[in-house]
Amino acid sequence: MSHDQPFAHRHLLGIEQLGPRDIATILDLADSYVDLNRQASKHSDVLAGLTQINMFFENSTRTQASFEIAGKRLGADVMNMAMQASSIKKGETLIDTAMTLNAMHPDLLVVRHPQSGAVDLLAQKVNCAVLNAGDGRHEHPTQALLDALTIRRAKGRLHRLNVAIGGDIAHSRVARSNILLLGKMENRIRLIGPPTLMPAQIGEFGVEVFEDMHQGLKEVDVVMMLRLQKERMDGGFIPSEREYYHRYGLDAEKLALARPDAIVMHPGPMNRGVEIDGTLADDINRSVIQEQVEMGVAVRMAAMELLARNLRSVPA
Amino acid sequence: MNLLFTNARLIDPEAGTDHPGSLAVGNGRILASGGEVAVPEGAQVIDCRGACLAPGIVDIGVKVCEPGERHKESYKSAGLAAAAGGVTTIVTRPDTTPAIDSPETLEFVTRRAQADTPVNVLPMAALTKGRAGREMTEIGFLMDAGAVAFTDCDHVVADTRVFSRALTYARSCGALVIAHPQDPGLSNGAAATSGKFASLRGLPAVSPMAERMGLDRDIALIEMTGARYHADQITTARALPALERAKANGLDITAGVSIHHLTLNEMDVADYRTFFKVKPPLRAEDDRLAVVEALGAGLIDIISSMHTPQDEESKRLPFEEAASGAVALETLLPAALRLVHAGHLDLPGLFRALSLNPARRLGLGCGRLAPGAPGDLVLFDPDAPFVMDRTTLRSKSRNTPFDGARMQGRVVATYVAGTPVYRR
Repeated sequence: MSHDQPFAHRHLLGIEQLGPRDIATILDLADSYVDLNRQASKHSDVLAGLTQINMFFENSTRTQASFEIAGKRLGADVMNMAMQASSIKKGETLIDTAMTLNAMHPDLLVVRHPQSGAVDLLAQKVNCAVLNAGDGRHEHPTQALLDALTIRRAKGRLHRLNVAIGGDIAHSRVARSNILLLGKMENRIRLIGPPTLMPAQIGEFGVEVFEDMHQGLKEVDVVMMLRLQKERMDGGFIPSEREYYHRYGLDAEKLALARPDAIVMHPGPMNRGVEIDGTLADDINRSVIQEQVEMGVAVRMAAMELLARNLRSVPA
Repeated sequence: MNLLFTNARLIDPEAGTDHPGSLAVGNGRILASGGEVAVPEGAQVIDCRGACLAPGIVDIGVKVCEPGERHKESYKSAGLAAAAGGVTTIVTRPDTTPAIDSPETLEFVTRRAQADTPVNVLPMAALTKGRAGREMTEIGFLMDAGAVAFTDCDHVVADTRVFSRALTYARSCGALVIAHPQDPGLSNGAAATSGKFASLRGLPAVSPMAERMGLDRDIALIEMTGARYHADQITTARALPALERAKANGLDITAGVSIHHLTLNEMDVADYRTFFKVKPPLRAEDDRLAVVEALGAGLIDIISSMHTPQDEESKRLPFEEAASGAVALETLLPAALRLVHAGHLDLPGLFRALSLNPARRLGLGCGRLAPGAPGDLVLFDPDAPFVMDRTTLRSKSRNTPFDGARMQGRVVATYVAGTPVYRR
């Protein structure tokens, strides 16, 4: 397989900046890392000598671990910074924190921040490559890429599929990145959820919006459920957890409306019995949730390698 | 000093005319204007070389950051910026730290303004103490101390009982109340206007309907109390029919709009550019066009700069956290001339909204070219092109959304009571 297609990006801030060709380049490279990761010896040295710093301004176990493993398997020197416990408590601004880290000459900066646009802002102030690991409600590009890889491997293609995304679209960066990515790859996207959890004028993004889950799931190839945050469960956006599960939770009965070979996805962590039935989530014939986690490491390895190639080809 | 401006293009918003002519000023007042003007004794003759001469801008809603944040803007720097922008009267906001809500604070700022500012400064005072929306301020004493209007600025008095009492009391004093029509519940925490752009950027957003809801409530309260009312910023199409009905029903209501909502839209925020974060947030292009049209039709009365200085630290933050507001004293006229160049307004119409209407609303004699009016004048070249460079601004804060923008129209000179306060 050839990996020589140019990937002309300094940072990976969002799916918005990528073209279909860029997406295919990342996924092709990630495919080869899936193979590597399944071997007993999983080590490569394409990032040898490079320093990767994971800055998480918001709690995350899964994504941070995934980026850390990805970096270590490629031979980078990886450092984790839990930013809640650090200088922002002392009143340092985001930009000052970025400038301070920049002075230590990292090569790859992996950033998660609770506010939309914060990673873009930080990327303007540093010399290294920045990977957005999730900013507010804006984007989570590596999640959309790992979802795309999972779909492509399960379905054999990443175009002309009917993909339903269900749940809290309004507060979800995963949904935004997936809408952009699946749209760029020419799939039909359906959004399913109560109108209180739907962003304004989302219909203008070339998606179909369904308030009735039964309608929305008809004949789809992929069902992607999103996590409903605990703090949004009671009264504010939906009446209750149990009513939400009844109307918008994915169970076997609702899934029967989708294509017989439809796959079930979830970015995790799941609330079993809120947005998805626990038994269904564990059904290895339908659920690809564990594969998503596996693809996450491969996609992050691929993204970091492509950015590192550009770092090495352009001397600072 | 007596002055004679010759070879000028006289922009008279009161008569609605745009004619070549001359204008004479003596003892700080306009003596005569028109085609043939008698030369005042010992007058200095100023050849305008065809540049426009118009009544100086009266800018309602300028924030000078004294007391509290003088590093962002002082009376001195605001005065220099105003003079350079052709603004001859600044009407200052009370949303300082602390708020200007007592006669003592008002006297302090009046003293500071007199000492340092070359242009006229008229202070507004808070409507409620601390702008907290609970108790009304000493409206009578504050008027005696020189307050020309009462406003809690971008704080909405959410308690309708408090607001109705304040309006009733203000009416008995003949005071003008300026409010920010906005539903406080819907707009809480919003950084953008809801719609496609905010959804794409993942920003917390407020429906444009929140403005109409705020205006509808305020109109009901004006009808109930008979108060004199001005809406500081009407920025959405949906609020316009309500405004039109209230005016047709004879209520004492006027409305303004900021220069930013007339010349920019939500898409200008692009990649989270915080210099474009203002309050209310920038609107969709359809709303902007509707408001421009309403301005041309006279439904919206007043254009203001909503000059809001913010230092770099409060803007260099993630968009949601960043402070709102933009400086605009020096960019007000060039930006407003975009509306003229685009054919939305003529020059007399523009100066009705910039000078005549705000002066009338506050009961001032300026804003006109008639004999006896104050010699507050702006001389400008409406066509001179330039690229805005924020480092040249006289304001202490340089948070302008027009940095790098191509603009057309520059102030040549500004006069307050016949005295030059700025010359290019």
